Amino acid sequence: MAAHPIVTGGLCHWFGEGEARKQALFDIDLEIEAGKLTVLVGASGSGKTTLLTLIGCLRRVQTGSVRLLGTELAGAEEGLLIACRRRLGFIFQAHNLHDSLTAMQNVRMGLDVHGRAAAENWQEAARHILTLLGLEDRLEYLPGNLSGGQKQRVAIARALVGNPDIVFADEPTAALDKASAMNAVDLLKRLGAERGTTTLMVTHDSKILDRADRIITMDDGRITGDSG
Amino acid sequence: MTAFLERLLGRVPIGWLQLSHNRMRLVAAVAGVAFANLLVLMQLGFFGALIGSVRFPYDQFNADLLISASDMNTLTDGSPLPRQRMFEALAVPGVAGATPLYFAKLDWKQPDGTIRTLDVFGVDPAARAFRNPEINARLADLSMSDIALIDRKTRNAPKGLFASIDAGQAYTFETKGRTLKVIGTFGVGGGFSADGELVVSDQTFFKLFPNRMAGAPNLVLVRLEPGAQPTRVLAGLRALLPDYDSAVRTVEEAVWRDQKFQTTQRPVGIVFGFGVIIGILVGLIIVYQVLSTDVADHMREYATFKAIGYPQRFFMSIIFEEAFILAVLGFIPGFLISLLLYFVVSKAISLPLAMTVPRALGVLGGTIIMCSISGAIATRKLARANPADLF
Repeated sequence: MAAHPIVTGGLCHWFGEGEARKQALFDIDLEIEAGKLTVLVGASGSGKTTLLTLIGCLRRVQTGSVRLLGTELAGAEEGLLIACRRRLGFIFQAHNLHDSLTAMQNVRMGLDVHGRAAAENWQEAARHILTLLGLEDRLEYLPGNLSGGQKQRVAIARALVGNPDIVFADEPTAALDKASAMNAVDLLKRLGAERGTTTLMVTHDSKILDRADRIITMDDGRITGDSG
Repeated sequence: MTAFLERLLGRVPIGWLQLSHNRMRLVAAVAGVAFANLLVLMQLGFFGALIGSVRFPYDQFNADLLISASDMNTLTDGSPLPRQRMFEALAVPGVAGATPLYFAKLDWKQPDGTIRTLDVFGVDPAARAFRNPEINARLADLSMSDIALIDRKTRNAPKGLFASIDAGQAYTFETKGRTLKVIGTFGVGGGFSADGELVVSDQTFFKLFPNRMAGAPNLVLVRLEPGAQPTRVLAGLRALLPDYDSAVRTVEEAVWRDQKFQTTQRPVGIVFGFGVIIGILVGLIIVYQVLSTDVADHMREYATFKAIGYPQRFFMSIIFEEAFILAVLGFIPGFLISLLLYFVVSKAISLPLAMTVPRALGVLGGTIIMCSISGAIATRKLARANPADLF
């Protein structure tokens, strides 16, 4: 197994067909270390989210290589991609909670994916992670009755409850107040230190940049700066 | 309900929670499925009534085999048959007896000037052509001229008429320039082509229909000796009788052929068959509409689940859960309303509309399959897409 959980080589990506085909990523070579909080920054349209979704198995690799936790994603079968996704945690810009499920049930969805054995003590696990995020008195609320920040914290709980090896986060703190955002980032950093959880985050939040272990700057589909 | 489904499925019953979250949509969807069920059950009811009523007259015959003209499709059509075939048939080993049956339609004018159509059966009063004990008890009386027995289930007859006949008050009416005297009743029930039945002697029959001859009956009713092999006798009769003018069938075979002809060749059967197809289509479209809207509304959530690592079969199971719930919830009111309508309609038109267990289970099973197909179509988009493109 590769030493680094994320290794890309010569990664390129295009959007559109024919005349409208436009290259979004150019020869991305990247190695990301385990247990660290790595932040991607750059102007909108610079390819940050595209890179994040390629590494996170949310998009098929077109050209180049992505080795995720030792598995090559280029040309991988759907079954293999599904298996990889289960080792990851996703936090999206929008919370994407299911509005018919309570906070507890939404978090449970992050456990159920690992099978019945993993979900056996789901209530305990879900309550624990929601409490860590300060939602202990909102457990049985439907998303419609939660504030934007509370919903985002439920989404973070859903991403973390399955003990992922890597957490991908796309502007996760946009809907959070400052204290909640710091709480979430501290939680991610603590997971990195305790369990070796790797975090790759796209953000503009300067407070988070201060706490990042490494900052990668992108511009126009290329890596232009790397603090690591 | 939620707890029950959770135990059943071993996961959060997302389908049910999703459906019950939007009550208006659930009510509309259930009403749509119920309506489709009602449509199908009513058409099947009529279809079943058609098939059932075709059988009624055959069930009356005291016969094991029937000889008819080779061009006969239903009981009431086809050419007459040479009576010679009956005498030839009597010579076949295993045949115990045979009697000719003459058939025609007769107009029965009502006091208000409207007409009822009766199927008239002319039989030899000395032979037992029928099984019905009510007919057999009065056979001797039929040997007098212009005497008849009438079907008391005849549609739209004057009120109290049959009761007064049964009480001994003979009823006379004029038809074909003669006066018929109805001295008794029996219960059979008319089908789609006639309102009821009339039984007369063969002699009365020839007076009513002077162009019909004793030498040319419509059917020959053949009875077998006890212990005779029907298939062997059937083969013997078929070998003996020329197939250019006569056909020999068991009663069941004749019923089946008649039903098949009336359901596939006659407009009435095709109309009901078509109605069933329309009902199924309406149901498919309604359920597809509901489920595909539901999938589209939850595309972000499903995409998130897909990103987390749920496989396609997980989404299929949510959709099947929804489809199953809609099918069952829609079936209950659809079934109850159609039971009520069966009762009302069979009272109104004297047709045998009856709910059968296979029909009810068949429609329920069909609804579940129909809903599942709709659901499967609705999730196709989800199966192909990159999760990242769905947000």
